[in-house]
Amino acid sequence: MALLRTILLRLVTTAVTLLGVAVIVFVVIRVVPGNPIAMMLPPGATGEDIARLTALYGLDKSILQQFLIWGAGVLQGDFGTSITARQPVLAMVLARLPATLELSTFALLMAVLAGGAAALTGTRLRETKVEGGIDIAGGMALSVPDFLWGLVLILLFGVLVPVFHISGRVTPSLDLPFITNFYLFESLVRLRLDLTLDLVSHMFLPALSLAIPLAAIIAQLLKQSLKETMHLDYVTLARTQGYSEASVIWREALPNAVLPTLTLVGVQFTFLIGGTVIIERVFSYEGLGNMAIDAVINRDLPLIQGIVILFAVLFTGVNLVVDLMYATLNPRLRHG
Amino acid sequence: MNLNRRSLLKLSAATLAMTAAGVPSFAQDITELVIAYNVTLPSWDPTVGPSAVNPTIQGLYQSVFDQYILQQPDLKPAPGLLTEWGWSEDKKQVWMTVREGVTWHDGSPFTAEDVAWSLARVANPETGSPIQFVWGTLANHRVEGNKVIADVASFDPTIFKWMYFLTGYVLPKTYYEKVGAEGFEAAPIGTGPYMVEKYERDAFVRLKANANYWGGKPEFETVTIKFVTDAAARVAEIESGSSHVTLEMPYEEYDRLKGGMNAYATPVSDIGMIFLNDIEVMTDPNVRKAAVAAIDKQAIIDRLLSGYGVKIDTLQTPEYDAFDASITTAYDPDAAVAALAASGYSVDNPVKFKIQTTKGFKPKDYEMIQAIVGLWRKVGIEAEIEVYEIAKHYELRAADQLAPAAFYNWGNSVGDPTTSTGFAMFGPSPHSVWDGEDLIGMIGPLWGEADEAKRIAGWKAVDKYIADNALVIPLLQYVQPVLAAKGVVVTPHASGALLPHLMKRA
Repeated sequence: MALLRTILLRLVTTAVTLLGVAVIVFVVIRVVPGNPIAMMLPPGATGEDIARLTALYGLDKSILQQFLIWGAGVLQGDFGTSITARQPVLAMVLARLPATLELSTFALLMAVLAGGAAALTGTRLRETKVEGGIDIAGGMALSVPDFLWGLVLILLFGVLVPVFHISGRVTPSLDLPFITNFYLFESLVRLRLDLTLDLVSHMFLPALSLAIPLAAIIAQLLKQSLKETMHLDYVTLARTQGYSEASVIWREALPNAVLPTLTLVGVQFTFLIGGTVIIERVFSYEGLGNMAIDAVINRDLPLIQGIVILFAVLFTGVNLVVDLMYATLNPRLRHG
Repeated sequence: MNLNRRSLLKLSAATLAMTAAGVPSFAQDITELVIAYNVTLPSWDPTVGPSAVNPTIQGLYQSVFDQYILQQPDLKPAPGLLTEWGWSEDKKQVWMTVREGVTWHDGSPFTAEDVAWSLARVANPETGSPIQFVWGTLANHRVEGNKVIADVASFDPTIFKWMYFLTGYVLPKTYYEKVGAEGFEAAPIGTGPYMVEKYERDAFVRLKANANYWGGKPEFETVTIKFVTDAAARVAEIESGSSHVTLEMPYEEYDRLKGGMNAYATPVSDIGMIFLNDIEVMTDPNVRKAAVAAIDKQAIIDRLLSGYGVKIDTLQTPEYDAFDASITTAYDPDAAVAALAASGYSVDNPVKFKIQTTKGFKPKDYEMIQAIVGLWRKVGIEAEIEVYEIAKHYELRAADQLAPAAFYNWGNSVGDPTTSTGFAMFGPSPHSVWDGEDLIGMIGPLWGEADEAKRIAGWKAVDKYIADNALVIPLLQYVQPVLAAKGVVVTPHASGALLPHLMKRA
């Protein structure tokens, strides 16, 4: 019952948040300098031409009128038409979403594996040079932004030792038999491992760029949490019962130490999705982030709105899932 | 699942094997030409919307669609889908002869109907063509055999030049009417050298050679154009062998890599300039003349652009129809000091104004303005730099609200003076911020001048007047760097369009 109440409350706050985001984005992109009509004005355009194009794109109305028209459309599933691509915004955005989700999830998986491994190793070998090395590596990983990691990785594994693809999502010459845009997922489901390899080879470097800073955060927090847990009575009891140190960490300490890390991973995952904007650009990866940059450069107002709303849905959705997982996993909340 | 050390090791090994197996191949034999392009392609309709007037993607359009008139690499026109064209004696009509034996990519015949329909479509204000104001000067398009005739609603001496400029493309009437705008975006066809085989928005387009192309089948059967918008990534693409051709990289990178590749650095129809808005201190001719005389353009090109640029003193480049080498403005800091002194300014009492610039939109744009501000400071000009986005520049320029000085790059791949000096300096144009009546008076009659020699002479006179009175500061003609693998020979196009059908095997 408490869980249901939490879900309902969160859904209401999510709806309010999304409305707020919609209003802010709608107004802000219309008041900042640079409008799409000015961008497409050809040499020699007259005032009449400007007025004609402005009316053609519905920008001659007041911001409130424009918002009401757009809002009414959104409620019916119509997010408008992209000015540059002349395609329905919703279809464009939904077509790109799977690419970004797969990249983000792959990066999250890498970060959790690498960060978790570092934390477990650091805890197992605490107060040794290995732990010191892990801390230093973590500091370095955190001090470099993800897009810079991207450029470094392109140089290392794209140019010096060219073992991975450095641009795109899939090799253009491959025929894709997919019916969804979740290429990686579908290639696995269809057991088309040749395509899986190609997709992973394209995704590896951008995902790694996103994963490195997050892995460092996870390693730091989980290691700290594990070290605190290692001093608790039940862990000591497990030791006296003859469990190995590795077994104590894995079976006893980790389940209790992982909760704060889980919350952090949820929050950081939303930042990671945000990070895809730049990383997708650097690796020419055809996701939502890459599309967002083009939309901003071209002042494609309907597309910007659609992308921002979708990002907001993603962020709030991820936070909701994390909260629910936390409530489910935490006995005090579960029974509260 | 229980994760132990052994299973973790197995998983790691499997992952490594998977990724290693999926690495790109770097074969030297080029069976499929791969180009790392610097911009994406938002829309496949080359006649409508913002993409249609974006000069940087015209090369992509020209790979699939033909323009009415072909533009050669030196910007000169040549017979294309139209083999002949002209005005009637009284300039009341235009006539165009349509090439025969051409087919669309779907195999259907290309006809004069397609030309007439394409022209009428963009002349219709409801279509949304940004260039409707040009195409609307023709009306009542009709077909007579293999000729298209149209009435001249208002005489525009440049109408045929627009037929190889922005939005000047022929689209397939029957196919477009059948599939509609959305269907055309999904599966575009043209008469051009390449056919669209596969297109992933923001990612790549895969092209197949058009075996029936009227200009001869292109050398490369398959071409993949990857949209790689980050310059560093494009350099990595060419350096790693993932792409065979790329363009628009930093000149330092071009110099570093050119030794091991086929390298081309060609002047293109894109210039760097500083708009002067006739507001505040810019109404003082001494200030303007000093601002011009104090800039050592060649030094800026040599030191900031590694020598890749051509100094210009008018808004015409040497390839343009109205270029006049005799119109020059000298670098003369002493003259700048004297001009400023005549208005009461000096190094100790500098004239002050704002200069706006983009940062990173064009190679070393911000650095160039920094250098210019440094040169100005030495003669008694104190300019404050404001960085703005290109979108803001467009909006401010259209509203005539640019700062007294504003850096911009102007493209004019058609090479006509109307589309350089004309629109940049004619007060009523939304692209001009100079509103002087004297200049408006000089330019006005040239818009409709039917005598071509007189028209070009008129524009040269306008350029001379502008240079003498320092109404704008032309800086340089850009040089476009292109790098290609040793196996590929590129024919650079002065418009800046990178055209795969002009590429050959070495």
